[in-house]
Amino acid sequence: MPSTDSRRLPDARGHFGDFGGSYVAETLMVPLAELAAAYEAARNDPAFVAEFERDLKYYVGRPSPIYHAERLSRKVGGAQILLKREDLNHTGAHKINNTIGQALLARRMGKRRIIAETGAGQHGVATATVCARLGLDCVVYMGAVDVERQAINVYRMKLLGAEVVPVTSGSKTLKDALNEAMRDWVTHVADTFYIIGTVAGPHPYPMMVRDFNAVVGREARAQMLEGYGRLPDALVACVGGGSNAIGLFHAFLGDADVRIVGAEAAGDGIASGRHAASLAAGRPGILHGNRTYVLCDDNGQIIETHSISAGLDYPGVGPEHAWLKDSGRAEYVGITDEEALAAFHELARSEGILAALESSHAIAQGIKLARELPSDALVLVNLSGRGDKDVHTIAAREGISLT
Amino acid sequence: MNRIDARYAELRGAGRIGLIPFVTAGDPSPDLLVPTMQALVAAGADLIELGVPFSDPMADGPVIQHASERAVARGVGIALILDRVAAFRRDDAATPVILMGYLNPIEIYGWARFARDAAAAGVDGVLLVDCPVEEADRAAPLAQAGLHQIFLVAPTTTPERLGGVTARAQGFLYLVSFAGVTGANRLDTGEIAQRIAAIRRATEVPIAVGFGVRDAASAAAIGAAGADAVVVGSALVERLAGAADAAEVAARIDECLAPIRRALDAAPRDPS
Repeated sequence: MPSTDSRRLPDARGHFGDFGGSYVAETLMVPLAELAAAYEAARNDPAFVAEFERDLKYYVGRPSPIYHAERLSRKVGGAQILLKREDLNHTGAHKINNTIGQALLARRMGKRRIIAETGAGQHGVATATVCARLGLDCVVYMGAVDVERQAINVYRMKLLGAEVVPVTSGSKTLKDALNEAMRDWVTHVADTFYIIGTVAGPHPYPMMVRDFNAVVGREARAQMLEGYGRLPDALVACVGGGSNAIGLFHAFLGDADVRIVGAEAAGDGIASGRHAASLAAGRPGILHGNRTYVLCDDNGQIIETHSISAGLDYPGVGPEHAWLKDSGRAEYVGITDEEALAAFHELARSEGILAALESSHAIAQGIKLARELPSDALVLVNLSGRGDKDVHTIAAREGISLT
Repeated sequence: MNRIDARYAELRGAGRIGLIPFVTAGDPSPDLLVPTMQALVAAGADLIELGVPFSDPMADGPVIQHASERAVARGVGIALILDRVAAFRRDDAATPVILMGYLNPIEIYGWARFARDAAAAGVDGVLLVDCPVEEADRAAPLAQAGLHQIFLVAPTTTPERLGGVTARAQGFLYLVSFAGVTGANRLDTGEIAQRIAAIRRATEVPIAVGFGVRDAASAAAIGAAGADAVVVGSALVERLAGAADAAEVAARIDECLAPIRRALDAAPRDPS
């Protein structure tokens, strides 16, 4: 049985037990080591930390509140459902916490050119946003299929001054955008900083992206103690790559009485094969520079995933989640497209909040969990993003034309 | 003795520069893999690198990406490749065969099983693009089965790191000629000569140079820079795409490799 003190992980080489690590070509090993050293210096530099916190407060609008969804809780008829409102952040999701941290680090390292990958476009928008503010060049790689599906976010990135490059290799989605961003980085490694949008990739990214998002859990833990006099009974967050989830979970890992649940995208159902539930239905493998659970065939080829939510449509998952699953500290369950949509509508009608489709998976799981618990139990759900970006997808799915 | 070591010893003895063609296994067709390997030898290959196709080849440029996609679509995996290597071995006991690819297919196949099956099929070495020395303990079963693990040296490899790489080097070192992906065209032979010299100071292990070697002129320049061997990948893979039968494969291979072979054999050698 491995140590369950996950707060101390990863080790110096980025391992979470047998997960994580730096599985990249030799060309990137020195740049990754330089990045790790620069990050280590920055996080121990009070001036850097102060600037990051100042930006979170005055640019992002932190702290985000915890909102008691009373009507929803009453309708569900079980535990009290609390929402950590990351949807109220500037740009509408938790993603900005990480892009601000990495962009400040890029500037500190003297890198003027930023690259990023994006799936739904949320991380691309959050990256383009901070690049505009810091006056950095920004190139965003996006699968050609996603460029089609997410036209509004593509335009949003362009308005912010970013160049959006459609990726036509492989399945033309998020995983291929990540491959292409890595190829750009290996080619322009001297002057370019790669802002990865989730807790995946090679070390130090899973640790660094976690740390920048861990403000979510630190705030939530303090807010719970202050507003409710105790910690929640359970945490719920959606897991694609897993950055909002790890951001919420991390401050609670040592609180053994707090149950931790991640909601993956089960798409049309795990049994259908059309899903993106890497932890629930995948196997350990190596993708995008780290060892983690992946969805692949018997030849080791990564397979195409499906989710109604582009942000969860990824065949891997952050290695720390793989570790938390195997160590038993967290549990991971699948939520289907249908369940997520139903939760989206339920929250809209009962609380007047349009949740992102990604976050709707967490809402759905939060509702399920609340039903099983007594009315004095507290379930804290990470409402990681707002749903304005998804109204076209939802309308199309329900056969409604908006034009 | 591992065939890779035997072949480099021969090359050194004869004062020749080795030619290492790379082809993506399963492109243009899995059925043409054995004839392709035979044609490579006929065209002057000293060692053969077989790319194991992977869905997400992060270090490869468009040519090898697309060849890999086509091979994946044909269902080509490790078991099939090992079957073809074994078939090739029935008629060729000398030419070293190196599998080059990414970790996930081996992780899924299983390390111990892979090492045993690859050695039994007649594979001599494995180059894992996404396995730096820091993570190479995963690959320990390779050495136990008598397979060499080939490591990369990159333009970004610092002198401090180089020591760690050469300490683990087996067979040969693969020097990546520039920071980028396979098939790009950014050769700087002066810089490569310096890197080769730096590696020579650290190890006796032979040095092959790859990435960006596309024709007789670039191969000769790399040879003159002091490489023990040159790797020709994207230029060959591009030319093989769509070849219909063994005759066409052989003709295209000869067209691509024969001028390179001649240039290497004519290149001036540093007697050291």
